[in-house]
This record gives sequence, structure tokens and C-alpha cells, in this order.
Amino acid sequence: MTIEDRTTAPAPTSGDILVSVKDVRMYFPVTSGIIFQRKVADVKAVDGVSFDIRKGETLGLVGESGCGKTTLGRVVLMLYKPTTGSVLFQGKDLVTMKGGDLRRMRRNMQMIFQDPYASLNPRMTVGAIIAEPLIIHGLAKGRKDRNEKVQELMQVVGLNPYYANRYPHEFSGGQRQRIGIARALAVQPDFIVCDEAVSALDVSIQAQIINLLQDLQERFGLTYLFIAHDLSVVRHISDRVCVMYLGKMMELADRVELYERPLHPYTKALLSAVPIPDPAVESKRERIILTGDVPSPLHPPSGCVFHTRCPIAIDECRQVIPEWRNIGGMGNDHWVACIRVGEDQK
Amino acid sequence: MAEPLLAVKDLHTQFFTEEGVVNAVNGVSYDVMPGEILGLVGESGCGKTVSALSVLRLIPSPPGKITSGEIIFEGENILKMDEEEVRHIRGNKIGMIFQEPMTSLNPVLTIGRQLTETLELHLKLDKQAANQRAIELLEMVGIPEAKGRVHDYPHQFSGGMRQRVMIAMALSCNPKLLLADEPTTALDVTIQAQILELLTRLTRELGTAVIIITHNLGVVARYADRVNVMYAGRVIETATAPELYHNPRHPYTLGLLASVPRLDQIRKAKLDPIEGMPPDLIHMDDGCPFRPRCRFAVDRCKTENPPLLSVGNEHSAACWEWERVRKEPDTAVA
Repeated sequence: MTIEDRTTAPAPTSGDILVSVKDVRMYFPVTSGIIFQRKVADVKAVDGVSFDIRKGETLGLVGESGCGKTTLGRVVLMLYKPTTGSVLFQGKDLVTMKGGDLRRMRRNMQMIFQDPYASLNPRMTVGAIIAEPLIIHGLAKGRKDRNEKVQELMQVVGLNPYYANRYPHEFSGGQRQRIGIARALAVQPDFIVCDEAVSALDVSIQAQIINLLQDLQERFGLTYLFIAHDLSVVRHISDRVCVMYLGKMMELADRVELYERPLHPYTKALLSAVPIPDPAVESKRERIILTGDVPSPLHPPSGCVFHTRCPIAIDECRQVIPEWRNIGGMGNDHWVACIRVGEDQK
Repeated sequence: MAEPLLAVKDLHTQFFTEEGVVNAVNGVSYDVMPGEILGLVGESGCGKTVSALSVLRLIPSPPGKITSGEIIFEGENILKMDEEEVRHIRGNKIGMIFQEPMTSLNPVLTIGRQLTETLELHLKLDKQAANQRAIELLEMVGIPEAKGRVHDYPHQFSGGMRQRVMIAMALSCNPKLLLADEPTTALDVTIQAQILELLTRLTRELGTAVIIITHNLGVVARYADRVNVMYAGRVIETATAPELYHNPRHPYTLGLLASVPRLDQIRKAKLDPIEGMPPDLIHMDDGCPFRPRCRFAVDRCKTENPPLLSVGNEHSAACWEWERVRKEPDTAVA
């Protein structure tokens, strides 16, 4: 589709894997009955997902609402304990970790939330919000040190330290998101999950926050899992991108590879649906318009979960669960779950 | 030139709050031609929704009030009409689609009843005819098994399906004008594409004029004939869609276009945001409200708020320095 300026994206030092997710399943039980609750079904929010996040990279995670991307983000941080599977952080399995060990581990992992209005305590001052993680993890020696650290953090994210005694309602959406970022940075994490961190912001503010996240990554060597539904934003910020649909991975590849040579029919449809702010380009563009809605994760379709909306589905797709396979060449991973990909080469 | 279907002239809508008077709409003027698709673009708080609600006189009062201006629809001033006459226009001659398909349908009425209500009221159809028409409408917007689904309640429909129902409702009385306020913002991209295709195909077929209100410049690029960009309660640039996207003359439009990453272009290392924050609509001065965030600002911008100046064929921009914007657009994103 486009030519990519590869020089602008320093290749992440591959080999150093920070987070490794292995065959994670997260099922939420559906119960019925008031006194004697029995389990009647499972919502398979995440259903057998495996991937690695490399040190210093940004892995984009895209998908439509209800595809399980937020659940997956929370599982990676152990905010949900997965039904099965393991999550390795710096080689240690978080699923089997308990109590104090897990809490100490959490210092290295933080989250930035979507809604800058709901994720800040309205009764705490901005200074107190940013200082809280410092207190919990015992990272400041006394009040003076703590205040200095808060002021420094506010400066880092582009807030005037003078406002430390104000309350969240006195700030705009973009500024609140900066407060959320400062809070996440307070514990000097290695890894941050950004769950739709810029989706609620106006476009002109969105660009400010995206630039800030990129600056911080360079400055502190952060690793991001960037969850979003906006494919243009994900392309801009990510080194590798992974596409989810109904709790399963559809495709995972290097950014350039995924956006220029998408293989999965779902990825292709998603990309073609993204509007481009240029009438001349739009009038020439072919669109793949998917019919129907995302099926309920309570009763996912048999075989390939995408077959009900897939423009190239065949009978086999209804029966066979496609294997999650790597068809990329040397040192160029390209994972895809579709039996029809690469058919013509057979 | 043909008569415009709707002409909004120097509209002012204010909200009287405890903190002061909010100038939500601050002298908006625009025309909508019959059958035209007009995009109304701007960020939150720029007055795009309030200006559309003002057209139907749906501003909650108090605290809101349309303080001055004219809204001429088919030659008559809506602001001078009595409540009865306005009610005859709402839903009948001017339809409306809201952003939240979840909250704008009545949860305790069946889909069929919500459709037949307007049909019985405005078109004076009897029950059976209205029912028949409701089924046809649902088929028209692509709801499978429409016959059975008229008896369903809104919660049994998905977000995309509810927005289809909203479109069916809005088009049920063959309106001349449709106001679509962020019709796809709450929907996923694949559903968004479905709904926009449907909306524009149907309105083109029926010859309905549409105002699509959105914050996303991409959404209207494909469909709009003309685009108005709003900032701080005013239209600051208006042009045909190709002209606006290719030759923006207002620094704000230029900034908006530069700040979004585009899938069809080479990825930039850094985005070019518009620095600063949207203006405070309570404390406004005589100058240009975009001045604090503008790279082209000169002394004159402090004292005089520019009116819409003609900058080309059917193209106006409210900027004193539009010549400079034309000659050196890159300095805006330096």
C-alpha cells in the first residue's frame, strides 16, 4: 500500500523477550439461579493466545469491541488470573506467583487506562495521585523526596508542577491522560499496557499524547503493549502488530509487513474500512465491507471463528480450527491463523 | 443558483451556567442545498452538536437559549414558529440520528412500535398500514427477518443493528433533511463502514439532504459534497470536500489534517499535534479564538476576529493570514 521509511523505526533488539504469553485462555463463567448458582456456559473472552513482547518494542493489539483485547491486556498484568496458560515476565511465571512476590513484580508493570475521567480519584489531588504508587512501593524517602519526585514526574509528562495541589476535575481530558501517565511512570516500570490510552481524546490532543508516549519510550527504554481499535494510530506507534477477533489471534507481524502485506481476510477487511481523510484517495479505494456483526463470544462459530463474515470462507473453514502458524521467512515473523492463506503455493 | 433547503444565519446559542455564559454557538452561518451531503467537522466543545440541535429547537432551556440568528428551512424561519409548527417539522421534514444508538431508542417499546409511532403521527397511517411500512423500512436498512424482528426490543439488537433502526426511523417520513450527529462514532470500523454506505446510499436514492456531524475528518472525506470546519462555536472554513482536504486555508484545518496518522502515507517518526488546548467558551475576547495555538498569528488576530473571507471558488476561511497559509503551509507543522 505504501512505502515505509524504515530508518525512522529502530528495530527492537530481538532476542530479548520481556513478556511471553503462552496458550492463555480466560473464560468467564455464566451462571444461572439465585441461591444455587450453577455454571451454564463460558464466555471465552481469550481463547488460546500465544505471543511474545520484545524488550523495548511496542506491540500493537487491535480488534473490534468484544474481541478480548482488553481482557488480554489485563491477563498480562495478572489483573485477571487466566483459566489456563502462562504469562512469563522476565522469565518468571506470573500465574503461579503469589502475594508479596507478585506485588513486587507489579512494580515493573503498569497500565494507562482509556477513560481519563473515570481512572483518577476525584477526591485526591494530582500530587497525591502520582505519589500513591511511590508510597505503596516504598520508593521515596520521606515527604521532601516524594514531593521532588512528583514534581519531576509532572515535568516529564508536560504538566506544570505548580498544579500538584489541584484536583482532577480542574484538568482537561488530555491533561488528565498526562496525569495517568505520570502515575504509571512513578514506579519506573519496564512495561506499560496502554489500554485505548488515546481513544477518548480529540485528534489534536491525541497527537500530543502519542508523541509523549513515544518520547518517554525512548527516554526510559519502556516496552508497550498498545491496545487500540484505531488502526492508523496503531500503525504509527507500533513496531509489531497483532490482530484479534473473538478471543483468538488472527495475525501477528512486523508493522510494515502487516500493513503492506496483510494475509488474513479479517486484517484486509479492517484495513480497508479505515477512512482516509482525502476524498481523492477514498474515491479510488476498494472497500471490503464485512456483512453482519461480531458473533457472541458465548456461542462462537465452529471451526474458524471468522468464517461467518469471511468473504473467502469455504466449507472446510466451518469445521477446522485454523492452526496458528508462522509463514514468515528468516528473522521475519509473520503469524497467521487461516487455512486459505498460502493455498496457491501448495 | 437554487434556493438552499436550510440556511443558518448568524446563529448564537448560549448556555447560562453558574460559572458564566457559555458561548457554545457563536455566530454560525451555513447553507444546505437540497440533496447535498454536508460534513460538519470539529472537536468536542466546538459547537457542532449544539448548532444542529438548535436547528430543531431541541436546546434544553434553561440553561440553553438561542439568543439570536435565523434558521430558514424551506423559506420559513424555524425560530419564529410556535411549538406546534416545530413539532410538525421534527421527525417529519427533518429527521435526526444520534450518536448513541443504545440510549436514543426507548427500551420498553418494541422496535416496531417506535417506528409506527412516527408513521401514525405524521403520515396519519392506520395501524396495519403503519406496521406494514415499518417492516418495509427495516428491510430497507438491511435487517434480516424484519417481519419477526419488529416485535423485538432494542436490547435484542446489536449496536450496528440499532443504528440501522435509527436510520429507518429517521427516514420513515421521507424527510427533506437528515441530521446525523456522530452516527458511527460508537461503532467498530467494520460496522462503521456498513452504516455509512447504507446511510449515504439511501439518502442519495431518496434525495434527502444530510448533515453529518463528526470529529473524524476521515469519515466524511468519502461521502460529503461540502465540508464545514468548526472551532469555538463558529464555522472557520467551508469548501467542497476535495478543495478542503487538498488546499486547506485555515491553520486549524491544516493542523487537524496534519495531526492524524494516515494509513496511505509514509509513516512519520513523529506526529504534528496542534499544541495547546481548545478555548474557554466562557471567557472569550474580540480576537481570533484559535490565536493562542496558531503558528500564523499576527497582532491583528488579537483584536479582530476574522469573518469568513473568500479564498477561492466556493471556498471561505476565517483567517487574516490565509495567503500565508497557502504559500507556506509547512511552517504550520514545523
